[in-house]
Amino acid sequence: MPVTRGFRRRRPDGPEGRLPPGQYDTGAGWPVLTAEATPRIARESWTIGVDGLVERPTTWTWDEVQQLPRSSYSGDIHCVTTWSKFDVVFTGVSVDDLLAVAGPQADAAFVMAHSSTGYTTNLPLADITGGKAWVVWEFDGKPLTAEHGGPVRLLVPHLYFWKSAKWISRLELTATDRPGFWEQNGYHDRGDPWLEQRYQGDP
Amino acid sequence: MTGAADDPAASFDPGGTGATSWTTGRIITKDLPAPNLVRLRMHVEDRQRHWPGQHYLIRLRAPDDYTAQRSYSLASDDSDPLVEFLVERLPDGEVSEFLADVAEVGDVLELRGPIGRWFRWDTYTPALCLVGGTGVVPAVSMIRAARHHGRSEQLRVVAVSRGPEDLPYADELARAGATIAHTRHEVGDRPPGPPAADELAPLLAGVELAYVCGSARFAGFAEDLLLEAGFSPEAIRVERFGVTG
Repeated sequence: MPVTRGFRRRRPDGPEGRLPPGQYDTGAGWPVLTAEATPRIARESWTIGVDGLVERPTTWTWDEVQQLPRSSYSGDIHCVTTWSKFDVVFTGVSVDDLLAVAGPQADAAFVMAHSSTGYTTNLPLADITGGKAWVVWEFDGKPLTAEHGGPVRLLVPHLYFWKSAKWISRLELTATDRPGFWEQNGYHDRGDPWLEQRYQGDP
Repeated sequence: MTGAADDPAASFDPGGTGATSWTTGRIITKDLPAPNLVRLRMHVEDRQRHWPGQHYLIRLRAPDDYTAQRSYSLASDDSDPLVEFLVERLPDGEVSEFLADVAEVGDVLELRGPIGRWFRWDTYTPALCLVGGTGVVPAVSMIRAARHHGRSEQLRVVAVSRGPEDLPYADELARAGATIAHTRHEVGDRPPGPPAADELAPLLAGVELAYVCGSARFAGFAEDLLLEAGFSPEAIRVERFGVTG
């Protein structure tokens, strides 16, 4: 592709090896990008279920999920709209601990994450196991606000942030992959920021 | 004649919801309708057809191969031989400042689109746009598409801004019968102030989809207003822009 006449880099390259291609460091900002009206969900009425191809379909209330071992993610997040945010800290529970209770069946290979708004996003099961995904309710030590997906959202920080479904309510394990909300709407099925898998048609 | 051919919905299906790849476009016209707004009309190589409400990516490339890209809604409709963008120049906006201050007619930029299946209008479902500031851009595309297809009665537009100088396409919106609300200026008999639920409710009669576009702050306000006016949250589609420079 041609060089754009008169365009020069103004932003620094970012910390070595931390900014995926085509991304920039948003600094202190945290832009809000949502396709739907922001729901107001009380912690007391929130639940999360793990079902589909599992041995023991399980639902946790807010109080019940608090009894699980707390787990934090400290690192970077990357949005498909090209901002990245460094050194964020989210706290909640590891998805591994939810799956350990529910017991994925042998043929479970994908997960559809559902939000209480009806939003969905699909992921390979391998992308939410092995310490790579969390269900979180704290951001930088404070309760996660509704606009950022509170009371509780999914966090899959190694993929573009639309995979980290806000207002998470259900993880449905399936044998076959089917596209979620943005994936039906022109976005990439997997969304690896390091491979720049933004839209349908990307590698 | 088949049933499908009689169906007005079947007469407009531009496709344009699948895979896209990068192409280039040449700036044919550039103007600054206000000090912080730039309007570009571009000829796109191998252009795909689009729905009103969809957006494009514009990507800039530096000599060291550094790139910066942003999403911009189209103001043009599918029948326009060019695509039209209206971009607000943001402070330190890496892409928007370049487009406003550096880009010139004849320049070639990288483009990709159309993108988005969610925030698009099929031109026949009764719809209302509640848009703020430069969030009017996708509503302008919808107005133009509705006019082109002779279905202007299917679309209502409520456009909100602080004052007349903050509302792009004000004349075109007024000609299309849009309701215009200025929060700090009178519009005819209408006193300054944001639209109220009782002002919106009559416009929602028969409306099946509401499109909200604007800043994060405006979008939050607009969602709450639609709910207060009794509109179903499942029928609201939101495009909000934040710090995207």
